[in-house]
Amino acid sequence: MTVDAQSDGSAPPQRSICIENLSKEYVRGKPILKNISFTVQGQSSVAIIGPSGTGKSTLIRCVNKLIPPTSGNVYISGENITHLTGRDLRMARRKIGMVFQEFNLVERLSVMENVLCGRLGYVPSWRAWLRKYPQNDIDNAFALLESIGLLEFARQRADSLSGGQRQRVGIARAIMQEPHVLLADEPTSSLDPKTSVEIMELLVSLSGEHDIPLLINIHDVELARRFTVRVIGLSKGGIIYDGPPSELTNDHLKQIYGGENWLQ
Amino acid sequence: MTADTAKNFGPAFKTNWWARAGWLAGFLYAAYAANYLDVSWARFLQGLGNGAAFLAEMVPPNFSRWELLAANLIETVEIAIIASAFGILFSLPVGLLAARNLMPSWITWPFRAFIALCRSFHPVIFAILFVKAVGFGPLAGILTLIFASIGFIGKLFTEAIEEISLKPLEALRAAGAPFMSVIIYAVLPQVLNRFIGFSSYQLDANLRNSTMVGIVGAGGIGGTLFAAFQRFDYDFLAAILISIIALVMLSEFISTRIKRVFQ
Amino acid sequence: MSQAASYKWERFTFSERLARFAVFLGFAIALSLSMRSVQIIPEFLYDAPTQVADLFKRMWPMDFAYYPEGIHHAMMETLHIATLGTLLAIVMAIPIGVLGANNIVHFPLLNWFSKLILVSSRSVNSLVWALLFVAVFGPGPLAGTVCIGFRSIGFVGKLFAEALEEVDPGPIEALTASGAPWFSIFLKGYWPQAAPAFWGVFLFRWDINVRESAVIGLVGAGGIGMVLDTALNLFFWNRVSVILLSIFVVVILAELLVTAIRKRII
Ligand SMILES: Nc1ncnc2c1ncn2[C@@H]1O[C@H](COP(=O)(O)OP(=O)(O)OP(=O)(O)O)[C@@H](O)[C@H]1O
Ligand SMILES: [Mg+2]
Repeated sequence: MTVDAQSDGSAPPQRSICIENLSKEYVRGKPILKNISFTVQGQSSVAIIGPSGTGKSTLIRCVNKLIPPTSGNVYISGENITHLTGRDLRMARRKIGMVFQEFNLVERLSVMENVLCGRLGYVPSWRAWLRKYPQNDIDNAFALLESIGLLEFARQRADSLSGGQRQRVGIARAIMQEPHVLLADEPTSSLDPKTSVEIMELLVSLSGEHDIPLLINIHDVELARRFTVRVIGLSKGGIIYDGPPSELTNDHLKQIYGGENWLQ
Repeated sequence: MTADTAKNFGPAFKTNWWARAGWLAGFLYAAYAANYLDVSWARFLQGLGNGAAFLAEMVPPNFSRWELLAANLIETVEIAIIASAFGILFSLPVGLLAARNLMPSWITWPFRAFIALCRSFHPVIFAILFVKAVGFGPLAGILTLIFASIGFIGKLFTEAIEEISLKPLEALRAAGAPFMSVIIYAVLPQVLNRFIGFSSYQLDANLRNSTMVGIVGAGGIGGTLFAAFQRFDYDFLAAILISIIALVMLSEFISTRIKRVFQ
Repeated sequence: MSQAASYKWERFTFSERLARFAVFLGFAIALSLSMRSVQIIPEFLYDAPTQVADLFKRMWPMDFAYYPEGIHHAMMETLHIATLGTLLAIVMAIPIGVLGANNIVHFPLLNWFSKLILVSSRSVNSLVWALLFVAVFGPGPLAGTVCIGFRSIGFVGKLFAEALEEVDPGPIEALTASGAPWFSIFLKGYWPQAAPAFWGVFLFRWDINVRESAVIGLVGAGGIGMVLDTALNLFFWNRVSVILLSIFVVVILAELLVTAIRKRII
């Protein structure tokens, strides 16, 4: 089965997410996601918008099999990961960075340890336990912390940071995986508006810098417009809009979210 | 209070008939049980008379065999320390394997059963069985207290693990971390402090219990205590009791200090 | 600013780490000293598997016929000892707990005296208490009941005192301001707030006492332990196994009962 991304016939796709006819039912006969297909590749940031409860989180979690999809396929850089289990799944997950709404840091570990958690997929457990990471990883982690402005916090415990700082650490952890794709499930929902903008800036700039396609679930349409090059509108389990933010009209929004009073 | 409000809200303190019935049932039960056990006031008073004589024989406590006493106390402490070390060591994996939020039920089930088994028998019963298995002496006491420790720490540790936040685990799984790394990085940091707390408590408990296992021959001061009791050597008995209480209080003092270190 | 904060946090963990290290080091030294000097005969340990196998072989088949004739009565006795002992502990612990709560009784000497009783009751093992009470009251359930009661005072009283100290002072001040006598202050001010915690403690202790009253008979204080002791002395292992099984069942049932009741209370 060929992947959409290969349709141009050129070299095999580097760094892409390709979702093909993905469906998910938590309860039999009640699909949350129906036949979703799209491809994200190269340097692009894509926002997924949609009302609460449509299955945005479900979709993004199906990509790294935190939630197993009911049917359909997910390809990461051309590799079908849908049927992987055990060690193979772990190997595949290393290629998928994920940023969480509530940061999901280990509160009692230091910032440095949290960032190095991104390398756990590459480092054997006993080395991780003794904190004996390859020097290369440690250098990279320090460089990354410096670039996100948290160098001086490296030895501090994660629970002593502010929300914005924690999310930066969460992003750094994902980047440490050297992922092929980056997923973010409402990375700004627990943050104030200004910090939200900073986090979006950081995500987009890191994705550009490291050449990682970015898929973001987001509630804030304005942020989506401002920082992404493509918006996918999800409603009732299907894709309603898929295109550049400039063409996203109020009509589309009405269709996605329903009603219109909230648009003023 | 006017009649009106009384009508609307009832009396301010409602007579709680259930509570009264409960108290009455309690009294009836106590009378019945006392009768069943042949516990009577007369026997109690007679006992108090004996008690006075008993106490009189205990003073002054006889510390003349202090060398034996010290040797026994040291053995008691040794039993407690060795048993705590191994008990703590074993209860770490047992607790992890019994946690239902980390492991599938076919693994947790046998470990939970094992913990329940360790908990439901009083240590002295284990001590009896181990004395049969490995003979008289401190080894039986050590094995006994290892099992008791696994029962206690294992249960509380399992419960602590079942209360942790699963969010960091999710993140590390999503990063492709192997299972052991997930445990080391996302589970242990969340529960290690509590584990240390349970362990230091158990160290205390093991010390108390190691004064007792000797009664059935499993080493420590209990054996000497029981012998003194059987020989009506009550002034030596008093000396032993005083040293046990002193030892336990000393260990409580030390363990509150240690607890402060671990906040 | 953040620099200073991080520096401060570092220093704190440094001393903390040092203290922890000292504790671990101390324990390691104590452990290695103990391992060296404790008298263990390794041959006994190698022999243990055969001994255990032999034990189980002798325990099988279980002599279930012995339950109605020899065990049942003793088991009921054990349960009564546990319950009556716990009630006795409460009767004694309420005054002692009240004496120990420094927001009710304002005499430090009395507070201190109550704490002394509580500590001594807890720090001596129940089997040792049982021995003492057997010496006083003679063998039998009376000694057992008093032993269980006395042994539980510390536990019940300590937790009861803590529950009383946590009581919200608002209603009590209101009652005191209205000039209520101290007994009704206790009954209407303290008791309603502390009662749930108190019953919880009672159940918790009863659960423990069922386990303890099953063994104090080994030194003559009544209950199933006496039957166990006899069976052990006569090497009736197929009776021992039935006794152990019935203790196990009763203990598990008691625990289930307690959790069920606690769920309904809370
Ligand atoms: N584990 C689960 N079991 C059953 N149903 C679930 C489960 N997780 C989610 N759902 C259901 O699936 C639907 C989609 O949930 P999802 O979390 O993906 O929505 P969402 O679009 O991310 O919403 P939000 O914007 O509020 O985060 C919801 O109706 C939810 O009730
Ligand atoms: Mg969501």
